[in-house]
Amino acid sequence: MDEMPRTLSGFGVSPGIAIGKAFLVDQSHIRIPFHTLTSDEQVARECARFEDAVARTEQDLEAIKQSIHPDLKEHVHILEAHQLILRDRLLYDQTLDFIRKERLNALWALKKSLNKITELFQSMEDEYIRNRVTDVSNVGEQVMRHLAGRKAKAFDEIRERVIIVAQDISPADAAQIQLEKTLGFITDMGGRTSHTSIIARALGIPAIVGAERATRAIRTGDLLILDGSNGTILINPTEEQISFYYELQDALETYLKEISRKAHLPACTQDGHKINVEANIELLEEVVAAKDHGAEAIGLYRTEFSFMNRTVQPTEEELYHEYRELAELMAPLPVTMRTLDLGAEKMGRWHPRIDQQNPALGLRAIRLCLRHVDLFKTQLRAILRASASTRNIRLMFPLISGVGELKRTKAILEEVKSELRSEGRDFDDKMPVGVMIEVPSAVAVADMLAEEADFFSIGTNDLIQYTLAIDRVNEHVAHLFDPLHPAVLRLIRQVVATAHKAGIPVTVCGEMAGEPLYVPILLGLELDCLSMNPQAIPRVKNLLRRAQLSECRRFVAEALKMRTAAEIREALQDMVLRVFPEEFKFFDPEALQPKYRSGEQYV
Amino acid sequence: MGLTALTDQVTEIEQEFVVPNKLGFHARVAAQIVKTASRFRSDVRLIKDETSVNGKSILDVLSLECPQGTTVKVITRGDDAEDALKAVAELFQSKFGES
Repeated sequence: MDEMPRTLSGFGVSPGIAIGKAFLVDQSHIRIPFHTLTSDEQVARECARFEDAVARTEQDLEAIKQSIHPDLKEHVHILEAHQLILRDRLLYDQTLDFIRKERLNALWALKKSLNKITELFQSMEDEYIRNRVTDVSNVGEQVMRHLAGRKAKAFDEIRERVIIVAQDISPADAAQIQLEKTLGFITDMGGRTSHTSIIARALGIPAIVGAERATRAIRTGDLLILDGSNGTILINPTEEQISFYYELQDALETYLKEISRKAHLPACTQDGHKINVEANIELLEEVVAAKDHGAEAIGLYRTEFSFMNRTVQPTEEELYHEYRELAELMAPLPVTMRTLDLGAEKMGRWHPRIDQQNPALGLRAIRLCLRHVDLFKTQLRAILRASASTRNIRLMFPLISGVGELKRTKAILEEVKSELRSEGRDFDDKMPVGVMIEVPSAVAVADMLAEEADFFSIGTNDLIQYTLAIDRVNEHVAHLFDPLHPAVLRLIRQVVATAHKAGIPVTVCGEMAGEPLYVPILLGLELDCLSMNPQAIPRVKNLLRRAQLSECRRFVAEALKMRTAAEIREALQDMVLRVFPEEFKFFDPEALQPKYRSGEQYV
Repeated sequence: MGLTALTDQVTEIEQEFVVPNKLGFHARVAAQIVKTASRFRSDVRLIKDETSVNGKSILDVLSLECPQGTTVKVITRGDDAEDALKAVAELFQSKFGES
């Protein structure tokens, strides 16, 4: 019947290609009938049915816990919490109460308890606590399935390797799925940070989320091709498509294996120019990933995490221990610590909440630190003290907009240093001090800032947002955010030229640095260093090794004469196709123009 | 004083704690508290400001909303109140096994 090839799309959240049969997880709605119980026997029967459904759910959870995949061990905690929720007085006792006192049928009584719990949690201030409602509904749904005589989601029916298609995948589901039989995940709901995405990336399984109609458009047994890098799903593809994707899958796997073997080697261009490749991280735990992927330094340590979601300000000792551990883990390689880059609206409960009309232009980052000097000094003291033994810390100030601000910031740093000296505490007195270039005014006065700085680091995300006046989270204008806008390239060139004249190095640490397509541009713009998410390092290093600095310089000289981003993009794609023919087919289609998208060109 | 009198004796004791771990009372920590409290016959109540909740209910403990640094009073009441409070105190002291 319906064997015509069809296409769906969603967000590719875990790269890789999966080809195989679909397995649809049954998550259809349970109909909840309402009736009042007329006799005591009926009440007793409904109570018994409910207790039995709870007991069976408890056994299900226990069985899942016993058979959990070793890579998902941390899910045991979630399952244990689910078992406790199952027997919680708000769910268990309350439902029995509704059956006995209000003479409601078990399904309706359970639904009523769940609604009450939802109401209670919705009034919570803390977002994490509010979201625990999903755990309660997961548990409730499992009990309802037993009450309604539905089978539990039957993951154990999976006999062959399949692509799992579901509305969403809960932690309990994830724990039951036999990962060795899972080729890929497709869900109707979710985004980059949803549970499915995190699990898929952790296990290296290709996944697409937010594919809205997937569970309606796909049936169990359909042949699927899933491209986790661009979010494309092909349903019942043609023979040509199948063989094309088998080849692509093969090539991609071989390629990734090959480049990760060389990830720890330096990145020198064909004409012998070395570019430093560094990692952006925000948690201590990420140091291992950074080193494994070949980072030559931490180019950006985001220090915000310790300040968010808490009632009291972190102490100097707490920060000191965190920073020192980080420095020791990376030593002798350098660690670049960016001082607090938070908006006043995200400061957590220890800071008076300020509502700002326009947070991007409001009290944030260095402005906030200069307003709350005590807080800033606490962080500076912790960073300086952490530098004492390993001497591999570099300091960097975010959102500097002019020389006055930088001088004031450096004066505070000097005060902190002399306080530490008078207390007899050791620190690295020669710690390099850098400036983030992310406000257009900083570019305009870069020559003056360079006199006061040991290095520059260009934060392209903010620089592009402020230069083009585009809010990336505003869906109406987000598509206008373009790193290849001629104005952006001119500003970067100006910063590099000014810095090199002053004899200081320049890094790019925005998302632009981790996107393979932009490698030739950034190389040709003569950046000294690129800092990116750890996972992007092997690919970028590989491209740098295959490129020629002289050729990229010539290319950038030509590109800077072009008038529109579209023109530059097209020229860049022609160049990349010529210079990296083997790599081109793996490029992120989001960064490419339509005519280069794999679908059209390669299928 | 016979044996019956001893076991019937109801003790009520309390102690204040500061939530020590970075992430506060999240699901795993709440589960630990509930599992520990449930091992005892005594009532275990957790009190923050004016709110008092049942330490044997995970939803109650979560709904108390306790990030790092919150002061929580624990009251145990029953014949094994002292052991119960000691067990809960150990959880706080070990930072719930977290940083």
